[in-house]
Amino acid sequence: MSPARFCKGQGRMLRLILSKLLYLVPTFLGITIIAFSFVRILPGDPVLLMAGERGVTPERHAELSAQLGYDKSVVLQYFDFLWRLLQGDLGHSLVTKKPVMDEFLALFPATVELGLCAILLATLIGVPVGVLAAIKRGSWFDQVSMTTALVGFSMPIFWWGLLLIIFFSGILGWTPVSGRISLMYYFPDVTGFMLIDSLLSGQSGAFTSAVRHLILPSVVLATIPLAVIARQTRSAMLEVMGEDYVRTARAKGMPTRRVIGVHALRNAMIPVITTIGLQIGVLMAGAILTETIFSWPGIGKWMIDSIARRDYPVVQSGLLLIAALVMIVNLLVDLTYGLINPRIRNK
Amino acid sequence: MTDTPLSPAPVRLSDAAIRRRMLSEFWFYFRQNRGAVIGLVVFVLLVLTAIFAPVLAPYDPTSQNRGALLVPPFWQEGGSTAYLLGTDAVGRDMLSRLIFGAQYSLFIGIVVVSIALVGGIAIGLVAGFFGGWVDSVIMRVMDVILAFPSLLLALVLVAVLGPGLTNAMIAIAIVYQPHFARLTRAAVMSELKREYVTAARVAGAGNFRLMFKTILPNCLAPLIVQATLSFSSAVLDSAALGFLGMGAQPPAPEWGTMLAEAREFILRAWWVVTFPGLAILMSVLAINMMGDGLRDALDPKLKRS
Repeated sequence: MSPARFCKGQGRMLRLILSKLLYLVPTFLGITIIAFSFVRILPGDPVLLMAGERGVTPERHAELSAQLGYDKSVVLQYFDFLWRLLQGDLGHSLVTKKPVMDEFLALFPATVELGLCAILLATLIGVPVGVLAAIKRGSWFDQVSMTTALVGFSMPIFWWGLLLIIFFSGILGWTPVSGRISLMYYFPDVTGFMLIDSLLSGQSGAFTSAVRHLILPSVVLATIPLAVIARQTRSAMLEVMGEDYVRTARAKGMPTRRVIGVHALRNAMIPVITTIGLQIGVLMAGAILTETIFSWPGIGKWMIDSIARRDYPVVQSGLLLIAALVMIVNLLVDLTYGLINPRIRNK
Repeated sequence: MTDTPLSPAPVRLSDAAIRRRMLSEFWFYFRQNRGAVIGLVVFVLLVLTAIFAPVLAPYDPTSQNRGALLVPPFWQEGGSTAYLLGTDAVGRDMLSRLIFGAQYSLFIGIVVVSIALVGGIAIGLVAGFFGGWVDSVIMRVMDVILAFPSLLLALVLVAVLGPGLTNAMIAIAIVYQPHFARLTRAAVMSELKREYVTAARVAGAGNFRLMFKTILPNCLAPLIVQATLSFSSAVLDSAALGFLGMGAQPPAPEWGTMLAEAREFILRAWWVVTFPGLAILMSVLAINMMGDGLRDALDPKLKRS
C-alpha cells in the first residue's frame, strides 16, 4: 500500500470516527435527560427520595432541597446534573453512603468477566456451528443445530439457570450455587477479574474455585447470544455462498476449503460481527437475571438490589452508566465494521 | 407460482379474489416450513387452553389446600392423581395454575404487541412520510430508547410506575415500540418513491389517506414478522419481570411469578420450578417457530419459485 493511499484511508477512518461521535452526542444527551427525569417522575417528593429521609421538618426540607439543588429551576438543575456528570460525580448511594461511581467501578469487573466469558463461549461455539450448518445445509447436523438454536433463542434464562443449579449443583454436586469464589480464599483485588487475581495470589485451588463458580453463570448468559450468533452465521454464510464471486472462485477450481475459508467466511463475518456487538445490550439484560440467580456481585444484581431498596441515586446513575456503556460498545462495533468493510468506510 | 400461465390474459379479479389468492399463496409458503406448522398447532392449543381454562383446570388456581403441601407429580412416589402435576408450597394445584397462566401470557403478548404496534406505526409513518427535521427528532428519540437494554429500561419504568402487571405491560410496550417505528419508517421511505404513491398524490389524495390507505398496507410484511417476534419477547420479558418481583404480583398464576415463588424450593421440589419454565419455553418456542415460517412466507427475497 502506498503511503498516500494509506493516509487517505486513515483520513476516511478518522472522518468516520468523528461523524459517528457527533451522531452520538444527541443520543447521549437523551440518555441523560431520561436519567435526570427518572427521579422527578417518581411518585413522591424527589427531595426526600434522593436524600433518603422521611418525615422531616420544613427547615430540614429546605436545607436538603438547597443541598441537592432542588430549589433551582428544572433547566438549571439539569445543567448542574450534566456538569457534575462530566466531572464524574454521580451522587451517593442512600444505603452505603459511598459515591455511586466507586460502587460501580468496584462491581463492574465482575460483570465484565462474566460477560466476556459468555460472549467468548457464544462466539467460539456459535460461529463454527453456523458455518458448518450452512456448508451442510439440510443435513441432520443443520437441522439439529438450528432446532437447538431456536430453543436456546426462546429460553427463559432465569429458569434455565435454576435448572442447571438443580442438576449440576443439587444432584451432581459439581458446581457451587452462588458467588465468585469459595469463601476460604482471600486475596487482594488487583485487576478485579477473579480468574486473573486468583492466579496472581498463588494460592493453590483458588483458580479452580473461580473457574467452577464462573462456569454455570457463563453458560446461562451465553445461551441466547450463542443461539443468535449460530443462526446469523448460518444465514450470512448461505447468502455469501450464493454470490457470484464465490461461484467464480469455485469455477476457477479453487479448493472448497479455500473458497469457504477465504472468500465466503471473511465476507460472511461482517454481519456476524455486528450481531456479536449487538449482543452487548442482550448481555446486560441477561446479566441482571443471571447475576440475580447466581448471586453474582456485579452491576446487574446491584441494579436489582437498588431498585428493591429504593436507592434512587444508584438506580439513576446505574441506568445512565449502563446505557452509556452500551452506546460506546455499539460505537466500537460500528467502527470495527468500517475497519473490516471498506464499502462502509468509503461511503 | 405454478398455476400462473406464462402470458396471463387480462382478467380483472375482484378484491376478494385477489385476497383469497394472496392468502393461498401465503399458506403455500408457510406450509413448506414444518416447524412453523408445529408452532402454529402448539399456539392454537395454547389459545384454546387460555379460552377454556375455567373448564379445563381441575381446581381454582388460587385455592390452597393445607393438607397437600408440595405434593409431587402423580408418577413420583408420594404423588396422587388428585394433583396430576403436584402442588406448590401452599398447596395450590400446579396444573390448574399452569392452565390459567396461559391466559396471562397470551393477554400480555396481545396487549404489548398492540400498543407497541399502533404506537410504532403511527410514529414511523409520521417520521418516514414527513422526513426532514421531524424525522431526525423522532429517530433520535427512538435511538435513545434503544440505547437502554430493554429489560433494564422496563425494570426502571416499572420502578417508576409501581410493580404490577399493567405497568409491566406498558413498560415493555414502550421499550419495544422503537423497533416498529424504525421498520415502518424504512418501509415508508422506500414506498414513497414508488410511482403508485405519486399517482395517488396527483389524483388528489390527502396526506392522511396517502399514509394510511395508500402506503401502510404495502409496509405490513416486515411489521407482521416483527410483531410475532415481539409477541414471544413480551412473554419472555414479562415472565422475567414477574420473576424479579416487578410483574404480575402473587397470588396471580403468571408463570414468571410462579417461578419466583418457587425459587427457594429448587433443591427440594423440582416440579414447582420445572413446569412453569417449561410452559414459558414451549409457548415462546412455538411463537418463534411460527415467526420463522411467517418470515419465509412473507419475505419476497426468500421466495424463489
